[in-house]
Amino acid sequence: MSEAADRARSDAEKRHQRVRFYQVGSHVVGNRLLDPEQRTVQARTDRSNAITSGHRACRGCGEALGARYVLDAAMRATGGKLIAANATGCLEVFSTPFPESSWQLPWIHSVFGNAPAVASGIAAAQRAKGREDVRVIGQGGDGGTVDIGFGCLSGMFERGDDVLYVCYDNEAYMNTGVQRSGATPPAARTANTKPIGEHPGNPFGQGKDVPRIAMAHGIPYVATATVAEQHDLERKVETAMGIRGARYIHVFVPCPLGWGSQSQDTIKLARLVKETGLFPVFEAFDGELGEVSKIRRPTPVEEYLKLQRRYAHLFGENGHPEIVERLQAIADRNIREYGLLAEDGEEVRW
Amino acid sequence: MLRQTEGSAAVAETVVSCRPEVVCAYPISPQTHIVEGISDLVRAGELEHCEYMMVESEFAAMSVCIGASAAGARTYTATASQGLLYMAEALFNASGLGLPIVMTVANRAIGAPINIWNDHSDSMSQRDSGWIQLYAETNQEAVDLHVQAFKLAEQLSLPVMVCMDGFILTHAYERIDIPERDAVHSFLPPFEPNQVLDPADPMTIGAMVGPEAYTEVKYLAHAKQMQALDTIPAVAEEFEAAFGRPSGGLLRGYRIEDAETVVVALGSVLGTIEDTIDEMREEGVRIGAMAIKSFRPFPLGEVREALAGAERVLVLEKALAVGVGGIVSANVRIALSGIQQQGYTVIAGLGGRPITGASLRQLFDDAIADRLPPLTFLDMDWARVESELKRLAEGGRSGAHAENILREAGIVAGRSH
Repeated sequence: MSEAADRARSDAEKRHQRVRFYQVGSHVVGNRLLDPEQRTVQARTDRSNAITSGHRACRGCGEALGARYVLDAAMRATGGKLIAANATGCLEVFSTPFPESSWQLPWIHSVFGNAPAVASGIAAAQRAKGREDVRVIGQGGDGGTVDIGFGCLSGMFERGDDVLYVCYDNEAYMNTGVQRSGATPPAARTANTKPIGEHPGNPFGQGKDVPRIAMAHGIPYVATATVAEQHDLERKVETAMGIRGARYIHVFVPCPLGWGSQSQDTIKLARLVKETGLFPVFEAFDGELGEVSKIRRPTPVEEYLKLQRRYAHLFGENGHPEIVERLQAIADRNIREYGLLAEDGEEVRW
Repeated sequence: MLRQTEGSAAVAETVVSCRPEVVCAYPISPQTHIVEGISDLVRAGELEHCEYMMVESEFAAMSVCIGASAAGARTYTATASQGLLYMAEALFNASGLGLPIVMTVANRAIGAPINIWNDHSDSMSQRDSGWIQLYAETNQEAVDLHVQAFKLAEQLSLPVMVCMDGFILTHAYERIDIPERDAVHSFLPPFEPNQVLDPADPMTIGAMVGPEAYTEVKYLAHAKQMQALDTIPAVAEEFEAAFGRPSGGLLRGYRIEDAETVVVALGSVLGTIEDTIDEMREEGVRIGAMAIKSFRPFPLGEVREALAGAERVLVLEKALAVGVGGIVSANVRIALSGIQQQGYTVIAGLGGRPITGASLRQLFDDAIADRLPPLTFLDMDWARVESELKRLAEGGRSGAHAENILREAGIVAGRSH
């Protein structure tokens, strides 16, 4: 390595806030006991810490975790040559109140609905300048992705622009006060789908499945993941960064504020949503379904729903067992459709 | 090089000579020939190291430009009408971020009623988007302004719109001196961005700003446009020195020195206005014209100086601010604050209605005789308006105005005006 490169690296190290681990007894640092090659990126002291501490996310924010896991993994995969374009939303607001910024990578926020297109523009500039080693990530919440940014997202997919777009899905517009989005699940209470009237919560039969829509574009890589499983999420980011063209990862990120859940239950909820079958975790190459994350023994949806006040109207004296049944039916259908159930003796990766 | 060519083709060729690194657009009449022309030249290998993208909407096109420009690429797009409006949110963002994007606006009306012909409703609606707005009178000037626009944008770190009349200029074939590629290259230094997304020097761009600093940030955008009042003439002078012809600048007067009556306008209509003025001058009428070349920034001081001596000022504009009247004239009035003179606003050429020499002659005669109302609609068919207003007053479901008026007008496409 040249002297100049050495100097640039040492400058960058001085500028960047370094990671300091302390023993918390969680799996996050606990896997330091593993063989170094088997550790998660998060467990490494040399991780980029792309979104550093001190930001203003709520306690237990799934999106803050998701973004850090994804970006640190992508930074590692690209040797730190990464640029991010961010949609308006919680992630943008809590990370960059002027003059503070949590971002330790080049980062741009333009408007709510255009993050995929801004990312395409950055990628085009890299190609024009012959900087093929610099890679681009677009990111946003579910509102910025499945609703207002959807046109730009679909265009970016269709053209095959060299962008990994990551949606951190917390299933509603949290930044504006928990309004429904096209990713809000049926029956969930939001600020404008309250348990009032004959049909409490968000209507059944609405919403869209963007990972499937992404697959329908025939793009080289689509994956879903949750913040509960770092190894799986980081592996998917690494896989995505090893491929050129338009790629999409949809990460399930619980929101204690919007869901009325305990902040210490964020990881638990992310694990349960997969274990119930409500959120199939899979990857797809060139539009074709690849590996799915198996479930050993499906958890009944109640266990997931009961931890969240957004579903409180379904339980108790004036509850709606028939609605819980309909939600269970959705989970059961996912299990059948994606083949989520592990066969006897089959290894379950997480 | 002098060539008989189409305005759009000449603009396409000139933009390619400016060596943009990212060109991103969405097709809309009457801008299409420009972006098709650039596509052909890029495909033919006339422009190396350029990414040409056709995207799914104008909103995406401007957003791609934002990303590309923030990553340090010289960036160009073109649009018109509905497309410019569809970009609106991203337009404000591009200027707010100080990104030197250059865009051609092939001026066209806005619906409803849908109309593809020329007026200035589109760019006038975005006059306060923070972009510099330059208006070309001729295809020669349109071509020259593009060369100047890249320099201006990059010097000031501000986006620039080059506005040229749709169809009237974009689709007109005429003799155009297309700037030589080498001359453009030496006129335009490589783009050195103010701020750039670069992993070697990570930077946060587009952070949230609260009440504690927002006013100051907005003021700085204003201050940069005020600075442009000096930069625009300076770049025009440099251009003249390099290419041997005057083009651009803030204003241009025509037989204005001793004029009692001055007609103010923007864009290609100045040609017909000047012909009419020549005719009236022959008869000894002291009338002149003033072309506004830079509408944003608006050169208040220069406009005041140019018009202060006139007895009457007639602003002829191709856009209507519904509910008040003139847009250009409102700006001109600010410049003339405290000066006693007659002021007339004339709305003309909306949705492509021809502005004829005969109509202008009548209009100017009426103005000089001070027979004009403060707000005039040139060649308005008042009988049709009255009849529609009467139908409305009768109550009930009178139907849509556009369809009613068209029914009365009958088939006019084949008629000569």
